Amino acid sequence: MTNTTEHDHHHELSFIRKWIFSTDHKVIGIQYGLTALFFLLFGFCLMLLMRWQLAYPGDPVPIIGWLFSDETMPGGVMLPEFYNQLGAMHGTIMVFLGVVPLAVGAFGNYIVPLQIGAPDMAFPKLNMASYWVYFIGGVVMLSSFLVPAGAAKAGWTSYPPLADIETMGQTMWLIGMFFLITSSLLGAVNFLTTIIQLRTEGMTYMRMPFFTWVQFVTAFLLLLAFPPLEAAAVLQLADRLIDTSFFLPSGLVVSGEILEVSGGGSPLLWQHLFWFLAHPEVYVLILPAMGIVCEIIANNTRKPLWGYKLMVQSLVFLGVMSFVVWAHHMFITGMGTGLSTFFQITTMIISVPSVVILSGMFLSLWGASIRFTTPMLFALAFLPMFGIGGLTGLPLGLAPTDIPLHDTMYIIGHFHYIVAPGTIMALMAGIYYWFPKVTGRYMNDILGKIHFWGTLIFMNGIFMPMFIQGLAGVSRRLYDGGQTYEFASEVIKYNEFMSQSAFLLAIFQLPFIVNFFWSIWKGKKVDDDNPWKATTLEWSATPTPPLAHGNFETTPVVYRGPYEYSVPGEESDYLPQNQP
Amino acid sequence: MEIPYTVHPRPDTGVTNAKVGIWLFLASEIMLFGGLFSAYIFLRMGAPEWPGTTMSGHYYASASDILSVPLAALNTVILIASSVTIVLAWASLMTNNFSKYRIYMGLTILMSFGFLIVKSIEYSTKFEHGLFPSESTFLAIYFVMTGLHAIHVIGGIVVNAYLLGPGAKMWKTNPTQYTNRIEVAGLYWHFVDIVWIFLFPTIYLI
Repeated sequence: MTNTTEHDHHHELSFIRKWIFSTDHKVIGIQYGLTALFFLLFGFCLMLLMRWQLAYPGDPVPIIGWLFSDETMPGGVMLPEFYNQLGAMHGTIMVFLGVVPLAVGAFGNYIVPLQIGAPDMAFPKLNMASYWVYFIGGVVMLSSFLVPAGAAKAGWTSYPPLADIETMGQTMWLIGMFFLITSSLLGAVNFLTTIIQLRTEGMTYMRMPFFTWVQFVTAFLLLLAFPPLEAAAVLQLADRLIDTSFFLPSGLVVSGEILEVSGGGSPLLWQHLFWFLAHPEVYVLILPAMGIVCEIIANNTRKPLWGYKLMVQSLVFLGVMSFVVWAHHMFITGMGTGLSTFFQITTMIISVPSVVILSGMFLSLWGASIRFTTPMLFALAFLPMFGIGGLTGLPLGLAPTDIPLHDTMYIIGHFHYIVAPGTIMALMAGIYYWFPKVTGRYMNDILGKIHFWGTLIFMNGIFMPMFIQGLAGVSRRLYDGGQTYEFASEVIKYNEFMSQSAFLLAIFQLPFIVNFFWSIWKGKKVDDDNPWKATTLEWSATPTPPLAHGNFETTPVVYRGPYEYSVPGEESDYLPQNQP
Repeated sequence: MEIPYTVHPRPDTGVTNAKVGIWLFLASEIMLFGGLFSAYIFLRMGAPEWPGTTMSGHYYASASDILSVPLAALNTVILIASSVTIVLAWASLMTNNFSKYRIYMGLTILMSFGFLIVKSIEYSTKFEHGLFPSESTFLAIYFVMTGLHAIHVIGGIVVNAYLLGPGAKMWKTNPTQYTNRIEVAGLYWHFVDIVWIFLFPTIYLI
């Protein structure tokens, strides 16, 4: 541990400037991280309520059921309207308030400037603004539960015409999205400028750690994909507030009556604009996870990442292609065979770079003597979990197989394998890996391993049966889990098993929460500045935890690539990037 | 450690941080207006006739029957002129002529207000004739796109007024960075101008 006080020439900042309205990328990263973890937990709790309803439809929720109002759960029994709110808000919160802020806002903010040898982000005040705009967006989303008739009920995709004629919660959803989009745009400009401008001497693009590369591509996706959704949100807000008909066709009948609007709009327009964002958004969810896993694999196999160059090329290709696959979410809209063919071809093409990256990670394990640390366990689990999620996506990219599977539980299983056992496992790996960097203390290994095995087993317990249910044709949007459909009777018995897995998954998060807070103050201290013996600058060139201001004592100079582990003929099994 | 390349360009990229930032921001703005222009094309392709609806008892055969082309042409001239003056403002700073800069920047801001005044005259005439966004898809997209553009004009006024007013203190302490700021504000202003140059023919003329 380096004594940091002697390097800190800056005057003491007040508590508020240091921890609340800070412009330091590390503090902002921590703020993002804690807020996003809160929202992940909140979104998870919404899902637990839904899972109770699916397993035991019509039964009052035990223990906490009495806490809810008569408009949501009278006597602890969930109303269908409330179920719809939970569904829409679970998706929105997990994607826009949980995973992306944690993957990009927290890890990206904290790690990227350290990995490229920069004193801070390029625009520190903008960085602070993007956190606080995100925070306000979160507050708006949460408070939408309190408006008359509750939060948004039209799904996280907010398809019109339903979303156009929804209650006030949908307006709140749109306003919340404006804040979240603005936050992401400010963040993306900042990340890109930082990586383009503030790389230290010797840090060429092809010497950047894979994690920084991933954040670079992710920021481009956020920058260019979010604005069309903003445009779409403006149009939907106009439909709702000043009675335009952008998404309302002529002669639309609602509750048996023709709606009195000018008409002439198109619900398909929303879907195009929405998926133009939301497909790149899928890669925003998964790419940072891949970056984290690559860092941890290289570090714990003590080998260079297999095919670094090829993986970077695949990553860039993937980023470009992600802008031309969006309509594979829309095969059942009847958009025509010509368009369908185009999007099926691009979808098959984009699966190639994903497979290259995943194969690169698997091949990196070949012949290594692996250190099975807790972060490494999570990173290893990511590989098959993401593999399952990716491979089950192939039938959905082809119209003939997508049409029967569309909107079934199969879809839910597929994308949850990508983002839950996939991305969230990787994010957990990242937390265990960089926790010592942030706090100077390890997280407890035994609690970490309990957390890992419980999470891995019960996540699969929740999502694996979804494939079976979906192949049997069970719809994803059923309030009672499918009780009223005869064809579903064979497979809805799994609902109870899935829900119990969910509750057990919740219990196995307790060791993590305890471990997280206990380790901040009481965890085992790191022995030196580079406890994992890593090559990248965030470990090798700066004290642990890093300097409060400016990150580095002297500007580091980079002499070599990011993963020079076990170089033949060298005494040490790793050569830091800043070692001449 | 201070953040490098805030004042002087990074040698290998040749630009300052702010310039990279503004170009990236403008890229995202292009996607925003690109999304709206796509929506315009999409809606127009699906419409049986354009703008072609009977509103408040009148039948309108073309967009120029509803909207005032002369006023929009005037606004086009105003915006292009303001784009020229903001370049002249920057050029004055480059030649160290601060008083000339103040005149050109002041003119830019005045013309931006002029644009908004003409725009509000257009809007209020529409409202007087009962032409609200809820009347037809054409009017809806007209109001949303020009409204969003007007918000960008207001944003430009706020930035330029700040730079001319309280922000001008920087000219004394750090003239290079101040000149860079005017250049960046100018890039944004040109973008607002270009969006209008696309909006004018798309909505008013064809």
